Amino acid sequence: MRLMPALASALFLASFAAADAQQLRGTGDLGIVVERASGSVVIVDVSKRVAIGRVSGLGDLSHASAVFSPDQRYAYVFGRDGGLSQIDLLTGVLAKRVMQAGNSIGGAISDDGALVAVANYEPGGIRVFDTATLTQVADIPATGANGGTSKTVGLVDLPGRRFAYALYDAGEIWIADFSEVDFEGTVAPRITKLSGVGKLPYDANVTPDGRHYLAGLFGEDGVVHVDLWQEPLKAVRILDNYGRGEEKLPVYKMPHLEGWAAAGDVLLLPAVGRHELIAVDARSFKETGRIKTYGQPVFAVARPGGRHVWVNFAHPLNDTIDVVDVMTLAVVHRFKAGPAVLHLEFAPRGHEVWVSVRDADRVQVYDARTFARKAELEVKAPSGIFFAARATRIGQ
Amino acid sequence: MRSAPWRSWHKASAFIFCVALPPIATAQQPLDTSKLTSLVRQECGSCHGLTLNGGLGKPLTAEHLKQWDREQVIHIILDGVPGTPMPPWRPLLSEVEAGWIADALQKGALR
Repeated sequence: MRLMPALASALFLASFAAADAQQLRGTGDLGIVVERASGSVVIVDVSKRVAIGRVSGLGDLSHASAVFSPDQRYAYVFGRDGGLSQIDLLTGVLAKRVMQAGNSIGGAISDDGALVAVANYEPGGIRVFDTATLTQVADIPATGANGGTSKTVGLVDLPGRRFAYALYDAGEIWIADFSEVDFEGTVAPRITKLSGVGKLPYDANVTPDGRHYLAGLFGEDGVVHVDLWQEPLKAVRILDNYGRGEEKLPVYKMPHLEGWAAAGDVLLLPAVGRHELIAVDARSFKETGRIKTYGQPVFAVARPGGRHVWVNFAHPLNDTIDVVDVMTLAVVHRFKAGPAVLHLEFAPRGHEVWVSVRDADRVQVYDARTFARKAELEVKAPSGIFFAARATRIGQ
Repeated sequence: MRSAPWRSWHKASAFIFCVALPPIATAQQPLDTSKLTSLVRQECGSCHGLTLNGGLGKPLTAEHLKQWDREQVIHIILDGVPGTPMPPWRPLLSEVEAGWIADALQKGALR
């Protein structure tokens, strides 16, 4: 194996060559790394393991995430301050930007690439935009059955131009069907509301086949499951007894379900307030085991193929990564990546994994098979890493 | 996470306590205010927003915090808010450090 020395592959951002739109290239192996403190993203070439550009002026990017157009040319970045930015990966510029709300928490793009939806804390609800123009197509306030407005979390796309999301304060799950909606707004989306699903759903995700929507609860033990293939839709509590009667540790960072590992017939879920992952059978949704981890898991991300799951942890144990073997449910590798490991992203077919190490101002690239570090990129306070190949996946 | 044995050792030997907890200053040491500032922006910021304008958690702006007095803010920092995701920071912060954070937040000095 040819290993590039880490330093030789580090590219200092000041020396970027401007992205050259005249140079023919594909964008399928590009991606972005969020620089959360400086309101910018670095555009990276995943195959070459280098940064090729930076786009600034994106506002407050704490907790920022991104989705990609079907042609993998554009990234839509969701900022904390309500900014929705469309970035052209090919030319390395900010193509469009709107301030769509006061306080936001991620978004999703419809399966046909026509609509981008943003989940908002303030005002609570989702707003949906035409991906070509960023003009608003729909505004759906999150008013729960109790009449109160609610922060909105766990927004994902579903097959059939639909979106699913959870109402944090109201304890509800809504599925919005945009299949008949036009850009003039003359046809309203059809909303299915599942109320009383549990206390404080804090995040959610959908399995890679688009069938099972799972929302984690903070206010009580358990997880909410919606089988999207069933009619009528209903919310079913699973893992109800998990943790009952056990003392929880203080949670210094909420787990994220964006990377909820779906590895073959097993789902590995981060436990809330425990140094554990929960293994769940992907058909029966019964607990099949627990894995003791180094700290409280934040992201549990399955290597494409599903054999291993890489896990990072909440403050103050956030300098370490565990690699879990899904066959044996054992931690097979544990290492210190550096101060404040915030996010992990696998190359599309999983041969490498990129890791953001915020307080080292570094993104590290590891061989997913040998666990050897292959490269390092200098990036200012990196957080989320998002590769354009997400465009081809449901729920990302 | 500090477990119970650490606390009893603390009582037995302040020296061991200092050695065992390098990241956080004790009351006798000068406060590492840049570390505390970073902690508030980064770790508190993951729920309250990097600019402290709020997120899943409430805003930590001077305007929002003026409904509580200094002691109440310190109490919230150290002991959390039961029934909400706000955790107790007592395992990681001293009372002096929580007091410094409360003062700085109420002055709007960390934004």
